[in-house]
Amino acid sequence: MTPTTGVIVAHANLASALVEAAESISGIRGVLHPVSNDGLSPQELMARVEAPIGRGPAIVFTDLASGSCTFAGRAVGRGSGAVVVVTGVSLPMLVDFLFNRDMQPEELARRVVEKAKSGAVVIAECGDGNGA
Amino acid sequence: MALELFRIDERLLHGQVIVGWGMRLGLDYYVIVDDEVAASEWEKDLYSAGLPEGVDAYFLSTTECIRRFDELDGHSGRGALLTRDPVAMRELAEAGVLAGRRVNLGGLHAGGERRRILPFLFLAPDDLSDLKVIAERSGSVSARDLPSAPEVPFEELVRAAR
Repeated sequence: MTPTTGVIVAHANLASALVEAAESISGIRGVLHPVSNDGLSPQELMARVEAPIGRGPAIVFTDLASGSCTFAGRAVGRGSGAVVVVTGVSLPMLVDFLFNRDMQPEELARRVVEKAKSGAVVIAECGDGNGA
Repeated sequence: MALELFRIDERLLHGQVIVGWGMRLGLDYYVIVDDEVAASEWEKDLYSAGLPEGVDAYFLSTTECIRRFDELDGHSGRGALLTRDPVAMRELAEAGVLAGRRVNLGGLHAGGERRRILPFLFLAPDDLSDLKVIAERSGSVSARDLPSAPEVPFEELVRAAR
């Protein structure tokens, strides 16, 4: 099976920064493709998202659930059956993705979302020691 | 008047609008005026998918928006009306519904004959003609991508386009 491609689509420089961080932690380079929506029309953004995917399979990671990044991902994936969109991209999500690219995209997408959820925890060490 | 923001933005309902404007103004609903989106269930679903809880979106053709404008403007809560390009906003202006209202220019990107006026704003001669009509039939036209950014009046945009 062809390993799943990862495209990160986000505002400003977030996608590049996340890719750089994920690569520096994992040591796996050249697999994640960052795309910024900065200054792009909807059509240009779709073309940038589509370019690294080819015929898939792919996961398009976006920052906000509503917005041009997710719109572009959904438009690219529409009807393809090989492209899944995951919103709320985070570093734990991307690191897990890099080590599990042989999974089916949808199954992998569900897995990385769970990883992201478990990676977000409240550590209340600033409390008074009594749980407050 | 419940409609507080009239914005031309190629991306319609996106992060900058929902977060940058919507959260700042406390918007409760959006009126998206676009013939193509209004006719597409898929696009309506796409644009509605990430709206904050309790925030509504109405998708209307330009004709339907003109017909229902008073109802949309009399809605409870605070709203924003969005068009993808100056053409649809000009049609609203020509119908008389923008009298006294301030029209905001958000993102219009490069393409065709459009020239860079501001980092987020590219305008073609046709866009300027449409905007002139809007300026004549509304309170004002100015460019500003976010509420915290300085407002650039239409006259300045015209000068920059020369």
